[in-house]
Amino acid sequence: MTLTGCGQKTSDHGAETVKIGLAAPLTGPQAQLGQDMANGAKLAIDEINVGHPQIDGKAVIFKLLSEDDQADPKTATNVAQRLVDDGVAAVIGHMNSGTTIPASRIYYQAGVAQISPSATAVKYTHQGFDTAFRVMANDAQQGTVLGDFAVQTLGARRIAVIDDRTAYGQGLADQFEQTVKSLGADVVDREYTTDHSTDFMAILTNIKAKKPDLVFFGGMDPQAGPMIRQMRQLGVAAKFLGGDGVRTPQFITLAGPDAEGAYASTPGLPITKMPKGPEFQAKFTAKYGPIQQYAPYAYDAAYVLVNAMEKAGSSDPKKFLPVLRQTDYQGVTGPIRFDARGDLTQGSITLYQVQKGAWVPLQTVQSR
Amino acid sequence: MDILAQQIFNGLVLGSIYAVVALGYTMVYGILELINFAHGEITMMGAMVAISVIGMGLAAGLPALPLILLAMLAAIAVCMCLGLAIERFAYRPLRHAPRLAPLITAIGMSILLQNIAMLIWGKQYIPFPPVFPQGEHRLLGAHVTDVQLIILATTLLLMLALTLLVQRTPLGRAMRAIAQSQPVAQLMGVNVNRVVAATFAIGSALAAVAGVLVAANYGQAHYYMGFLLGLKAFSAAVLGGIGNIAGAMLGGLLLGLIESLGAGYIGPLTHGFLGSNYQDVFAFFVLILVLVFRPSGLLGERVVERA
Repeated sequence: MTLTGCGQKTSDHGAETVKIGLAAPLTGPQAQLGQDMANGAKLAIDEINVGHPQIDGKAVIFKLLSEDDQADPKTATNVAQRLVDDGVAAVIGHMNSGTTIPASRIYYQAGVAQISPSATAVKYTHQGFDTAFRVMANDAQQGTVLGDFAVQTLGARRIAVIDDRTAYGQGLADQFEQTVKSLGADVVDREYTTDHSTDFMAILTNIKAKKPDLVFFGGMDPQAGPMIRQMRQLGVAAKFLGGDGVRTPQFITLAGPDAEGAYASTPGLPITKMPKGPEFQAKFTAKYGPIQQYAPYAYDAAYVLVNAMEKAGSSDPKKFLPVLRQTDYQGVTGPIRFDARGDLTQGSITLYQVQKGAWVPLQTVQSR
Repeated sequence: MDILAQQIFNGLVLGSIYAVVALGYTMVYGILELINFAHGEITMMGAMVAISVIGMGLAAGLPALPLILLAMLAAIAVCMCLGLAIERFAYRPLRHAPRLAPLITAIGMSILLQNIAMLIWGKQYIPFPPVFPQGEHRLLGAHVTDVQLIILATTLLLMLALTLLVQRTPLGRAMRAIAQSQPVAQLMGVNVNRVVAATFAIGSALAAVAGVLVAANYGQAHYYMGFLLGLKAFSAAVLGGIGNIAGAMLGGLLLGLIESLGAGYIGPLTHGFLGSNYQDVFAFFVLILVLVFRPSGLLGERVVERA
C-alpha cells in the first residue's frame, strides 16, 4: 500500500504535491486519441492548480504523471505498476478497454482510484473492484442503443457484423449482435479483423455474398476508413454503422468521399450540446488545437477526482474513494453520478451521420 | 463464382505487393545472408515521401499524371539514398562481424526509421490524396479498381525488369557471383562494395514503388505501416526460398492468395467452426507446413554450409 498525502515532498511554495497518473497510448497508431485525452486532463489539472487548491486546509499542487501504454495490454500493466510505485493517488486512464481492464487489477490491489474517460467494455466495472470508475456510457449501453437504432430507425433486416478482436470492438459487436437478434433482425455474417489491418477485401467479399443491408463495425477509425472505401469498391451498397471509435474526424479524412452517409454513435452529448461544451471547446482549442474525442471526458475525470479529494479532506484513496462513489457533479460532458459498480447511472448516447463531409448529430438517446 | 473470382483477384493484388517487397529481402539475403529488417520501413518512407510531394504538387496546381510520376521518382530517389546510407553506415562496417551483430543493427535501423518518420509526419494516419485514376471495372464478375490494375501491371513489370537485370546484365552477373562466393567473386575482380550498394539501391527502389502503391490502394499511410508489410513480405520470401528471386515472387503471390482465400473459405470449410479471425493463422500454418517439408522454401536450393 502506497502512502499518499503524507510524507510527500513539498514544492518550493510549501504546497504538498498530490500525484495523479495519466495512462493512454501516447505513441503508436492511436496516439492522436491518446494525446487528446492527456491534453484534456492536463487542461483540468493546470486550471485547478491556478486556483490554489487546498485539501484539509493545506495548500496542495496536483501533478500529472503521464505514461504511454502504447494501447498494449502488457505495456499497460507495466505502466500501471510504475504509476503505483510512483505513489499516485489516482489514475485517469487507460484509453482502450484492452488496456484498462488488465491495469485495473493493479490499481485495485494498490488501492488507487481509477477513472477511465473512455474505456467502455462492460467487464471493466464488473470485476468487483471498488477502485474502478468511468465517466462514459459502457458498451452494453452503447451496443444496445446501436442495435435499436439499426433495426428500429434504419430498418435493417440483414446485418453483417465485423469486429477487430479487441476487448472494445468485440464487446460492442457482441452487444449489438444480441440486441438486433432480439429485435428480430438476421445477422447474416460475422467476420473478424485486427486493429492493425488495412486490407479487408477478403472479409468484405464474404459479406458481399450474404447481401446485407447494413454492415456494423466494432473497432477504430484507422480500420473503419479503409474498410468503408473497400466496401464501396466491391460494390457493397449496405449502410455502415460503428461506435465511438469510428465517429472521429480522422474517419472522414481516411474514408474520403466514401464516408458520406456512414452512421456512428458516441456516448455523451455532442460537444456543442454539452452543458459547458462551447466554453470547454474554446479553452481547449486555444491551447491544443481541435478536440479529437476524449478530451472533455478526461477533463471531467480530473475534476471529479480532485473534488472527491477536497470533499474528503484527504488525498488518501481509502478516505476519498467512498466520497468519489457519491459524486454528483455537473461536468462538461453532463451530470456525473456513479452506480455501485462505478458505471454512470445514466449515460446518454448520441447518433451521428456523415453529411457533406462532417459528423452531424441525429438524435441523443438515454441508455436503457 | 463471382465471389471466387473476387477473392482470387484480391489475393493477386495483395500478393503482388508482397512479392515486390519480398524481392528486396531476398536480394540482400542472397548476397549478404543478412535479413534487412529495415526494408519494411523503406517501403513506408516511400509512401510518406510520395504523399508529401503530392501534397505540395496539388498546392502548386500540378495535373495528376506528371504529379504521380514526380511523386514516384521522389520516393524512389529518397529510398535509394536511404538504402545506400543504411548499407554504408549500418551494415558495411559489420560485414565480417558475427551474424547476430548486423541482425541487431537491422532491427535498430527499423526502429530508427519508424521514429524518424513519426517525427517528420506525425503519429496520425495520413490520407493519400486521390490523384490516381478512380475508375472501377467488372472483370469476370469481380470488382476491380484502376489502382488495383495499376498495381498488378506495375509489379509485373518490375518483376520482369528485375529478372532481366539479374540474368542478362554484368551487374546481375556480379550479384549472382557474390551470392555464390564472395571471396572468389572478389578474386575475379568484382567490386563487392559497389555491387552490394547497387543491390540495396535496387531493392530500396522496388520498396519505394511498393510503398506508394500500397498507400494509394488503401488511401492512407502511417509511420508503422512498414512493420506488418515487411513481416508478411519477409514470410513470403521465406516461403518461396529466401535468396531466390523467382521464389520471392512466387512466395509473395502465394501468400496473398492463401490469405485471401483463407479468409474467404475457412468459415464454410470448417462449417463455421473457424472464422476469418484465423486468416493469419491459416496463412502462417501453410508457411510452417511448407517449411517442414521443404526447409529451404518452395524454390530454394539446399545449400551446403560453407566450410
